[in-house]
This record gives sequence, structure tokens and C-alpha cells, in this order.
Amino acid sequence: MKYIEEFQDPELARRLLDDIHATVTRPWALMEVCGGQTHTIIRHGIDQLLPDQVELIHGPGCPVCVTPLEVIDKALEIASRPDVIFCSFGDMLRVPGTGRDLFQVRSEGGDVRVVYSPLDALKIARQNPGKEVVFFGIGFETTAPPNAMTVHQARKLGIRNFSLLVSHVRVPPAIEAIMQSPSCRVQGFLAAGHVCSVMGMGEYPGLAARHRVPIVVTGFEPLDILEGVRHAVRQLERGEHTVDNAYARAVRPEGNPAAIAMLEDVFEVTDRAWRGIGVIPDSGWRLSERYREHDAEHRFSVTDITTREPAECRSGEVLQGLIKPNQCEAFGTTCTPRNPLGATMVSSEGACAAYYLYRRLDLTPVRATDPIARTAPLEASPVV
Amino acid sequence: MCLAVPGRVVEIAEENGTRMATVDFGGVVKEVCLEYLPDLQVGEYAIVHVGFALQRLDEESAKQTLELFAQLGMLQEEFGDPWEQAAEAGGAPWPFEDDESDTVADPAVVGPVDGGHVSREARQ
Ligand code: SF4
Repeated sequence: MKYIEEFQDPELARRLLDDIHATVTRPWALMEVCGGQTHTIIRHGIDQLLPDQVELIHGPGCPVCVTPLEVIDKALEIASRPDVIFCSFGDMLRVPGTGRDLFQVRSEGGDVRVVYSPLDALKIARQNPGKEVVFFGIGFETTAPPNAMTVHQARKLGIRNFSLLVSHVRVPPAIEAIMQSPSCRVQGFLAAGHVCSVMGMGEYPGLAARHRVPIVVTGFEPLDILEGVRHAVRQLERGEHTVDNAYARAVRPEGNPAAIAMLEDVFEVTDRAWRGIGVIPDSGWRLSERYREHDAEHRFSVTDITTREPAECRSGEVLQGLIKPNQCEAFGTTCTPRNPLGATMVSSEGACAAYYLYRRLDLTPVRATDPIARTAPLEASPVV
Repeated sequence: MCLAVPGRVVEIAEENGTRMATVDFGGVVKEVCLEYLPDLQVGEYAIVHVGFALQRLDEESAKQTLELFAQLGMLQEEFGDPWEQAAEAGGAPWPFEDDESDTVADPAVVGPVDGGHVSREARQ
């Protein structure tokens, strides 16, 4: 248990772990949906502290990673236009499109700006009436309401030179798609806590009952993850499949009704393509008809996009939990954070980046039952 | 970017008909929209994501989370200079080559902050 001293409350961590060890009698595979949770797990070696029978499968919950290549390429094209100020969150700067990224667009003279909040982009629009200001609206249910409010404000204040390039995604349809896949091994979910802070838990009981999987709403901190695993393992051992809230300090069952109302006003549900995965029905939002004038895709008819994914990138499989990042041949060799082939190596929440930053330094033997054991990229690492 | 950080409301003001607050995230101060938590008061804590307060949080959990995020360098990731971070990620040496490395990946880096920018010196 070499990592446990790094926990905020090592004593509590130990108690939770003991409880999990005492409860588990059979192998179980749990998926943590959110990329932030994946990072916590890898950073703290939580997967290695758990009993051998509990396998954590990394889910698709990284908005940067799942933004389709086509949308990235549209962003790059819009950002290159001389009349445009393109605003984005910092995480998108180095996500590879076909051939380049936003960082390069700026070095080629594009006016790309990073904002902390979408409201900052709206402010830029107001200060630059002669320019078109476009905000890159990506993210899950946590980020969509702020973007919805910003578009609503733009309309209310009559700011017409502001538009949103929308690529929002929704978690429950992704869980549905994962459960329907014939290769699915997931037996329980640690749901993304902050998504539930906004949306509440209303969509989950149906999913849990339909697929007979426990769903535990889980936070992001190391102890939260252990608590989430403990709830999920208990349910599985008892043959239960309900929805538990292990993140009650931040999640109310009803979520944030004001945010949900705004979301439903500004956006409408649509099918959306997930990078590396493909189209998932009803898994996204687009601007509703009433807000069409603020839709960047509508405003800039970006056509002739030919996308090209690097053939060796297996991020689709990583995002679906079918392989672990270091089972990809390119991992740590032709694909590194400096020269990323896929978005999962770039994003601060990407699984490949998490493995690159933390796991390669860990030289403890990998369990024989763990699929990671089949590849041994550790020897190839430049640091060892 | 899905990281939501707890912060404490320092001041509340109306701006263009929108309820806004000044929020303190363990030293970094930012403008935050309160439209989704309109009854949040000065002194209370909330989870804030991309400039919007999304859910109330009790003081103790908020402080614990902030402390942890600071330890792990996550406040730096959230509030540091994104261009600098992207450049470092794109051109910096392997982050663990030596202990002096100054990258966002270094879990030990976060220090005094001013005006939302965490200075390089503070991270040494
Ligand atoms: S290691 Fe790189 S190439 Fe392989 S799946 Fe991850 S991002 Fe793609």
C-alpha cells in the first residue's frame, strides 16, 4: 500500500479499503465514467490498492477527448478567419485536428483566446463589435448550462456578433450505449458527480433497472472514489442494482433545477458523434431553433472538411474501456503528450495522459489477471 | 475542464441584470455568475465550474477539497496561464526527469497566487 500515505485521510482510506477487501468474494468490473475520476485513480494508484477481484474500467467521460475530429477541424477553420476572435477553454489548444491544432492556428496569426468562463467570451464580443466572436462550446452536463446561459445573455443583451460552436454531450445515453455493446464487461458504474450536481439523479434509476447494474454517484477525490467502489461492490455482492449517492455533499437528487430549465430552453437533444466511438443516439445537445442565429455552424458555413484520424490511434477502444492506454502500440513511443496522436493523450482528463504521467513511473508488477500485463511498455520508458 | 472548484462568495453585485459574485478559490479571485444559485449569500461556499456557481457546498468539505486541489497542483491547472501550460506540455522535457521540472504535471506545484495567475516563481 505504498500510495495510501498520500491520501488526505489515510486512516479513513484504510478503513474503506479494508471494508472493500472484506466484502468482495468474486471478480467485479466497475466503470468510472468521468475522466477526472480516472486521473484520481491512476494518480493515487487506487486500482492497485483494491482487491484483485475489483477491476476499474476507464470510461468515456472526457469532453475534450470525445469532441469529434470534424468539429475540431471546423473550429480550426473558423479560428483561422481574419474576422474572427476564437475563444476556447485552455484544454482544447493542443487537441489534434487533421494536421494541426488551435495552438498552431494562433502561431499562424489566428486570433485565438483562452477564457476561463464563456461569459468572458461574451465580454470580448461586446468589446469588439467589428469582429465575430466564436466560443467553442464543448463539455458534458456540467459545462452545458454555463454555455446555455451565455447564449441566453447574448440574446437578451442583443449581442449579435457572438456565436457558439456546439459539441455538448450527455452521459446517460453513453452509459446506455456502453451497456448495449456486445463486448461490454461493465457490471457497475461510478457516475460522474458533478454532472449529477447539475442534472440530479433522475435519469439513472431507469438505466440501473434496465441493465441490472448498480450506479453509484461518485465524487472526484481519492476518498470519494473508494467510497463509490465500496457502495458498488456491496450492491454487487448482494445482487442489488439501484442508484446510490456517495457524493451527497455536492449532489441533490433533483440537481440544479434552474440550470436544467435553461439547458432545455437553449438546447435540444440530438444524436452526436463521439470521437473514436461513433454516433450515439440522443447523446448530445445542439442549439434550439430559437437560438439559431448564435450557432457558429449556421453562421459560418464550414464545408469541405476532410478528416483524417491517425490509423494507429486506439483511443476509441480506450474510451469504451476495451483496452487500457498502455496496450496501444503507439503509447509512449510515437504518441506522447508532446506529440499526441489522439485527444486522450492531450486532455488533462484523458486516460492516455493519466497513464503517461503516473503509471509509467510505477514499476510494481502488474497482476497477471490484469489486461495491462499483456503489454509491457514499462521497459521502453525513457525514464526507467 | 470538467473540474469544478469550491469557492467562497466574497461579494455580490448585479451586472447587466445578472447576479454576479466575487469568489475566492483559496487565494485566486474570480468573477462568478450566480444565476443558477440565486440565493447564495456572501460567506457561503459553492462548487464553481467555468465561472458559474452550480451547487452549494458546506464549508468544511469546501475547505478540504481546496486544500487537496492545492496539494495536487489542480488549482494551478485550473487557474494558471493556459498558453504557458500548453507550450510546456508541447515542448517541455519529460516531466519527471528531474525534481526541478516546472510543468503542470508536477503534483507538488502550487503556490501563492495573484490576480488569477500563478507565477512561475511561486511554483519552484
Ligand atoms: S496512446 Fe496515443 S495513439 Fe494510443 S490510444 Fe492513446 S492517444 Fe491514441
